[in-house]
Amino acid sequence: MSILKPATIDAIKHHQSALLDGWIANLQQGGSLSDNRISRDDVSRQAKEFLALLVSASVAGDVADLARTEWSESRQFLETLSRSRAMQGFDSHHTAHFIFSLKRPLFDLLQKTYASDPMALSAELWAISELLDTLGMHTIRAFQKSREEVIRRQQEELLELSTPVVKLWDGVLALPMIGTLDSQRTQVVMESLLQRIVETGSDIAIIDITGVPTVDTLVAQHLLKTVTAIRLMGADCIISGIRPQIAQTIVHLGLDLGGIVTKANLADALALALKRSGLSVTRAE
Amino acid sequence: MSTPRSGTYAIRSEQDVVLGRQAVRKLAQECGLRLVDQTKLVTAVSELARNAVIYGGGGDMDWTIVEEGARKGVQLVFRDTGPGIADLKQAMTDGWTSGTGLGLGLAGAKRLVDQFEIQSAPGQGTRVTITKWN
Repeated sequence: MSILKPATIDAIKHHQSALLDGWIANLQQGGSLSDNRISRDDVSRQAKEFLALLVSASVAGDVADLARTEWSESRQFLETLSRSRAMQGFDSHHTAHFIFSLKRPLFDLLQKTYASDPMALSAELWAISELLDTLGMHTIRAFQKSREEVIRRQQEELLELSTPVVKLWDGVLALPMIGTLDSQRTQVVMESLLQRIVETGSDIAIIDITGVPTVDTLVAQHLLKTVTAIRLMGADCIISGIRPQIAQTIVHLGLDLGGIVTKANLADALALALKRSGLSVTRAE
Repeated sequence: MSTPRSGTYAIRSEQDVVLGRQAVRKLAQECGLRLVDQTKLVTAVSELARNAVIYGGGGDMDWTIVEEGARKGVQLVFRDTGPGIADLKQAMTDGWTSGTGLGLGLAGAKRLVDQFEIQSAPGQGTRVTITKWN
């Protein structure tokens, strides 16, 4: 439990503009203001806003416990700040520097205020230091969290993007696979393909693996499962995009794709699908 | 400054398997392996690295660029400290698996490379050494 002395709060209140100047100067020294991703005015505005929040919160009570409601506005402010810094592509060091730059001017102010009372000075220094450290940690935590959110969102987007089921013809669907086929992706792929088969009433699905760099036993197992599921739905499946090196590797691995129709490229697979549907393509005169 | 001739990658997760594959593909290209041989080696790496993750609880992959007379090659050692394999002969049989896979990984990997050596005993982990020459 530590509460700032009224004298400290008064000092901060009365010297807000001086504190702000010191803070900005420190930020400048740390290189935070010479970055063209964020304008000087924005940083100054944020610093000013936060200082006001800090004063009103420390008047209200305990500086050692940020979980208390007096601090909720300051917390929210820092979380918003961290999030916007993360979006702008700043690193955690830069983001935390915003808070830690306030230490110097605050310490200077305390030193002046308690010049004649070393006992009080050290107590207040400790309280302020603890407060700023906690605020800094909170900023870093919030920063980390927003970065993780960005990564998770990108992963999900990638998963969605990487499984486009396209309609090639009436009754013919194609799924161009790109990248690594792990269990999670196979699951997403299988779900969206089976769903589209139902929606479009297609009876032929082409899975193109031109963009899959490595076909090992796990990938093969996933493919076999997908093909079996497609057949259970009453549709047929063609696997295309088997490159020469992949074909040779499959043979050596001892994989048995015997029951599956495969083609070297998507064009051949489409030609076969059209033929099976009783269609033929002719050159116009 | 010459490029390093050996090193180690940690294989702890499925992501590490993907990274290991990419690293080995680069090594194989450096050694002048043809595209088919690159693909075979990378596929073998995929099998063995995944075995180390799934059955060995994670392991390491040591790589060395080996030279013998005029030919160059990539030698890889997959080490894990998992439960080990009690019956190597059975493990090397096509279609046999102690897990849920197709049971072709070990034997398939052997067919994909030029040299293959496996050491394992219950409680002592597994060590697989493979070499692919250009």
